[in-house]
Amino acid sequence: MDPTDIVSIENVSKTYATGFEALRNVNLRIRRGEILSLLGPNGAGKTTLINIVCGLVNATKGSVTVDGHDIVRDYRAARALIGLVPQELTTDSFESVLGTVKFSRGLFGKSANPAHLERVLRDVWLWDRKDHEIRTLSGGMKRRLLIAKALSHEPQILFLDEPTAGVDVELRKDMWETVRALRDSGVTIILTTHYIEEAEQMADRIGVINHGELILVEETTRLMRMLGKKQLTLELHDPLSELPDRLAGFSLELANGGSELVFTYDTQAERTGITALLDELMEANIGFKDLHTTQSSLEEIFVDLVKRPT
Amino acid sequence: MNLHGVWAIYTFEMARTWRTLLQSVLAPVVSTSLYFVVFGAAIGSRITEVDGVSYGAFIVPGLIMLSLLMQSVMNASFGIYFPRFIGTIYEILSAPVSYLEIVLGYVGAAATKSAILGLIILATASLIVPIEIAHPIWMMSFLVLTAVTFSLLGFILGIWADSFERLQIVPMLIITPLTFLGGSFYSIDMLPPVWQTVTLFNPIVYLVSGFRWSFYENADVGVGISLMMTVAFLVLCLLVIRWIFRTGYRLRT
Repeated sequence: MDPTDIVSIENVSKTYATGFEALRNVNLRIRRGEILSLLGPNGAGKTTLINIVCGLVNATKGSVTVDGHDIVRDYRAARALIGLVPQELTTDSFESVLGTVKFSRGLFGKSANPAHLERVLRDVWLWDRKDHEIRTLSGGMKRRLLIAKALSHEPQILFLDEPTAGVDVELRKDMWETVRALRDSGVTIILTTHYIEEAEQMADRIGVINHGELILVEETTRLMRMLGKKQLTLELHDPLSELPDRLAGFSLELANGGSELVFTYDTQAERTGITALLDELMEANIGFKDLHTTQSSLEEIFVDLVKRPT
Repeated sequence: MNLHGVWAIYTFEMARTWRTLLQSVLAPVVSTSLYFVVFGAAIGSRITEVDGVSYGAFIVPGLIMLSLLMQSVMNASFGIYFPRFIGTIYEILSAPVSYLEIVLGYVGAAATKSAILGLIILATASLIVPIEIAHPIWMMSFLVLTAVTFSLLGFILGIWADSFERLQIVPMLIITPLTFLGGSFYSIDMLPPVWQTVTLFNPIVYLVSGFRWSFYENADVGVGISLMMTVAFLVLCLLVIRWIFRTGYRLRT
């Protein structure tokens, strides 16, 4: 295992008792200190992969090591390094905020450290609620409490499964700040999300999972260039039967029986080519009555990625 | 060994008892006291002595055992079922704790609660009827052993159950009838010979008999057999729990 890697996932497959194949031969190396975002549609296998690494689900095949510790044979050492924030807001309603964080720390074999727990609760803006029962907290507070619980035993790796699901925009941005601060303190972070913006803002690398397969793992900046395409649709005055030769240099397609001209461009590129296209259309005397732009949804991007050769 | 982990589970479970003091402690004490009033004072006054012991005093070990069995099973089953039901079990399963440590935490707390409850009921009973404890160490040993064994059974039940209804089935439909038919309120010598034989297939008979022997030195079956049967049941429960954690039955998919 490369010393720069902290988690190594080798040929991991998971088939549930129902016969559902959740993961197929997944190989992934997570680098020490990075933020890795796992993207994928519902049921893609993101949570199954996280749950296998954290010991909640048994892999059917393959192996996982965490900082060199096998998660089955050396589970104590492996799990002690991991903090998990689950997707569901699962909390004990009648326990106090401080009580549940103390419980988490003890469970992971650590002796009491009131100063650390205070720091963790302050970091997630819950210190002033430390004596409140969990049932009195809002959904966003409960989400932050789960992060505090996961950090209570000072893990080196933090798994965040859909950390901002159902969280308002302001709180989401606060959470991004928290996650970045954790990364800066040396914690390796793996987060799953549906929000491409979130992955773009936070992650050093992005892995895309679909139908149980890890389609690609790529540096965020490179992937965003790949995914950051938009389409400009022009509704023409007069339908075209074919594209004029002078427009051959543009990424154009005719649609809707020739009454629409669809231009695909890269938002990340230095020049999108929109101005040049409009100039060419004017010179070719091709008029249009309306225009609009669209961006592929994340789901569409996934489908596109599945079709692409990796 | 992750002693901090065991202690965290144990104290968390014990804290739940203090939060629900009325339901956890007072309710069983009140209901058992009612048994003393009805069977011991009202009906018992018309029954002559059983094996040389007044009827009111005779039923005390059986009633403590009834409460001990029910509370052990219910405390332990609820303790592990509730985290499964609300989803907080993820934290236990992802923590560096072995199955033995998980069992120690949950079963230890459940057994502690029910043993304390048994002693409270004993103290309550001593206010109503005269009680002698011939072998206090044996009495405590049977009390603790039974609390641990039936907490283990409750733990298994809490993992097996997939609904609150199923959680109630074993205590209500199995433990209660077996305890009532296991000599809690009578000596099995009082039954016709055929039923005496049938009764010997009821494991609760051995618990009640051994426990009653520690009070009055009267037993339906030998104390050695009682102890052996209790230990055998304890070992059986441990083996089932070992299998549960090895296979991940209803815990890990």
